[in-house]
Amino acid sequence: MSTPWFKRLSEGLTRSRERLEGQLNVLLRRGPDVDETFWEELEDALVGSDMGITAVTEIVARLRDLAARRALPDAHSVIALLAEEIAAEFPSEYADFLSETPVTILVVGVNGTGKTTTVGKLAKESVDSGRRVLLGSADTFRAAAAEQLDIWAERAGVPVVRRDRGADPAAVVFDTLHQATADGSDIALIDTAGRLHTSTDLMRELQKVQRVAERESTAPVRVLLVMDATTGQNGLQQAREFNSALGVDGIALTKLDGTAKGGIAVAIARELDIPILRIGVGEGLADLKPFSAPDFAAALIGEA
Amino acid sequence: MFENLSQRLQDVFANLTGKGRLSEADVDAAMREIRLALLEADVNFKVVKEFVASVRERAIGQDVMRSLTPGQTVIGIVLDELTGLLGETNARLTLTGRIPNIVLVVGLQGSGKTTATAKLANLMRKQGKRPLMVACDVYRPAAIDQLEALGKELDIPVYRGQGTDAVAIAQAGVKEAVANMRDLVIVDTAGRLHIDEEMMDEVVRIKNAVAPDQILMVVDAMTGQDAVTTANAFASQVDFDGVVMTKLDGDARGGAALSVRSVTGKPILFASLGEKLDSLEAFHPDRMAKRILGMGDVVGLIEKAQENIETEDAEALEARLRTSDFSLDDFLVQLRQIKKMGGMSALLGMLPGMGKLKGGVPEIDERQMDRVAAIIHSMTAKERRKPQIINGSRRERIARGSGVTVPEVNQLLKQFAEARKLMKQFQKSGGKGLRGMKLPPGLGQF
Ligand SMILES: Nc1nc2c(ncn2[C@@H]2O[C@H](COP(=O)(O)OP(=O)(O)O)[C@@H](O)[C@H]2O)c(=O)[nH]1
Ligand SMILES: [Mg+2]
Repeated sequence: MSTPWFKRLSEGLTRSRERLEGQLNVLLRRGPDVDETFWEELEDALVGSDMGITAVTEIVARLRDLAARRALPDAHSVIALLAEEIAAEFPSEYADFLSETPVTILVVGVNGTGKTTTVGKLAKESVDSGRRVLLGSADTFRAAAAEQLDIWAERAGVPVVRRDRGADPAAVVFDTLHQATADGSDIALIDTAGRLHTSTDLMRELQKVQRVAERESTAPVRVLLVMDATTGQNGLQQAREFNSALGVDGIALTKLDGTAKGGIAVAIARELDIPILRIGVGEGLADLKPFSAPDFAAALIGEA
Repeated sequence: MFENLSQRLQDVFANLTGKGRLSEADVDAAMREIRLALLEADVNFKVVKEFVASVRERAIGQDVMRSLTPGQTVIGIVLDELTGLLGETNARLTLTGRIPNIVLVVGLQGSGKTTATAKLANLMRKQGKRPLMVACDVYRPAAIDQLEALGKELDIPVYRGQGTDAVAIAQAGVKEAVANMRDLVIVDTAGRLHIDEEMMDEVVRIKNAVAPDQILMVVDAMTGQDAVTTANAFASQVDFDGVVMTKLDGDARGGAALSVRSVTGKPILFASLGEKLDSLEAFHPDRMAKRILGMGDVVGLIEKAQENIETEDAEALEARLRTSDFSLDDFLVQLRQIKKMGGMSALLGMLPGMGKLKGGVPEIDERQMDRVAAIIHSMTAKERRKPQIINGSRRERIARGSGVTVPEVNQLLKQFAEARKLMKQFQKSGGKGLRGMKLPPGLGQF
């Protein structure tokens, strides 16, 4: 339990540890008995993580079955098994395209999830790994979005391509990718405007952006969906819609430094099998960490 | 995705007809469905427990057991309780006689504070206020530029101070308002985590420094179970007065509204429904209750139409939508409004189940719309009101008048009949009729 990101995560949580103790700690404190109330409280705790009642019901049923068959002795062993089961929901084999070279990445998601911040953090990560980075500011909609990305570019020490507010985002992508080719960039990170997955027009706009990227990029184009860990059941719908519109290659799960557990990621993994590549644990340049399913599962069930 | 709760309750009770009385087990089954619906809508599980217990009590105490339509009766109770919990009346921003009034806007990162600040300023100006916005988010890159740009767009002044002391900027902003005869100050603050002690302390210091008349907490409608934790922390540390729910233009069911309301007791004052700066509205508990239960938002739909339809009386249109009085004139008006409102898809997205049509909702072809308009214009007023009377010879006349073929007129009439049926079905079932149903063939072709 002591991978670096997880430490950072638990540091964030220690401040008010008492108030924030995970639900499952409560379960463990109530003793080793595995009775009906235990299962009920377990279900509550998982629901409280935003995993969604469908996934919870299935996982709890499976766990009950396993617990009976393996004659697990107490609550502790059930919970240890639970952590394994949750971790196993995440895809185990996938490529971390964020670390590949060369690559073009479209960063997408609903409003306010942390796309621009994540682009900034990824830029820094890529620079630190010795790669040549270029940012593209294709959020031409939100007020001061380009200025925001400029500041991140400056912090990470990388160039950024932008156009005026209101410009066609596909045109920014075009410019960015031509410059990336000219510069010999290893990674082009393209920030896009936040949009609700229910907006057909805006989703179509994004498809156009993707088409232009596919056409103009000399590097493979990947789609990174940025999701906010405080999101509830709608997160599944977001993932479905972005995935069906663009094909999502990976997810960055942000704001895990708060008290939300991000359980919806489990439901998404179960249904769509999209890997989580990074987690956001703060607002600083360095607050982006690799994802580890076992650590995530442990944090989710409150063993921090 | 989610099934409509009323449908599920009908199903629970359906196999009981003929059995006479309901047993307690039947009520239990109904309560389970209610619990599931609320959990799927992101209502916090503890809140759900309390809620279901109180509905259960009422259901048993009441006539549900003897009711001929137990499903409807239970739904009635659920809606009633939910609406009650969400707030009995449409609350308002409580301002005092003080000049300037001060409103402080707080919340988590990415919840939509800056946009909400601008929207609120816009709304209050419409109500006769002279607002000044103060940009106190000194942390997020370009947050101040964002507010300033929104201010320019709205032509509402923004005070941006110097330095990084948010408390000092807030104070200076108030002075600026006094100096410029502004009677309302809206202070935008940085997003902060409720467990970040330094940042929570900062917002308390801003509060103490400017003594706001109202503190609004901005809550994202997509928030999950954690809404109770954050709302509680903000309530106990900042003691906000009301809530703004944002991103309600999406398809999140918004159970966080119920969670926040029931753990803090604070009213939800405003609903934010889009990226445009005039999409802030009064919060309606009854609509929110239906939305949480997945029962669609007919009224919201109507009101959205109302914004765009100057000539139309929205209430009359609603009445017509609810009955079969819906005429070809209305149809025409609607097609035009639909275009104005950002397309059929945006509109249908407000109906539960409709957002899920695979392959998306077809767009409306403008040329087709012109043809439809031409056809309808060639009808007499009576024909438009009562399309049933349009017989063969009338069809020929209309086709000639509008320069189309008779089959095209036939097609329109058929499509209209289906659209009308769709409206009726929707109205009858609170959305149920739409589920799994294809759009009437051709409605998308207009
Ligand atoms: N606490 C925390 N805040 C974050 C994280 N990622 C982004 N944010 C904040 O969330 C808000 C929205 O981020 P932004 O990148 O502008 O979102 P975008 O609209 O998706 O581009 C900003 O205030 C960010 O500082 C994170 O991992 N943790
Ligand atoms: Mg952004």
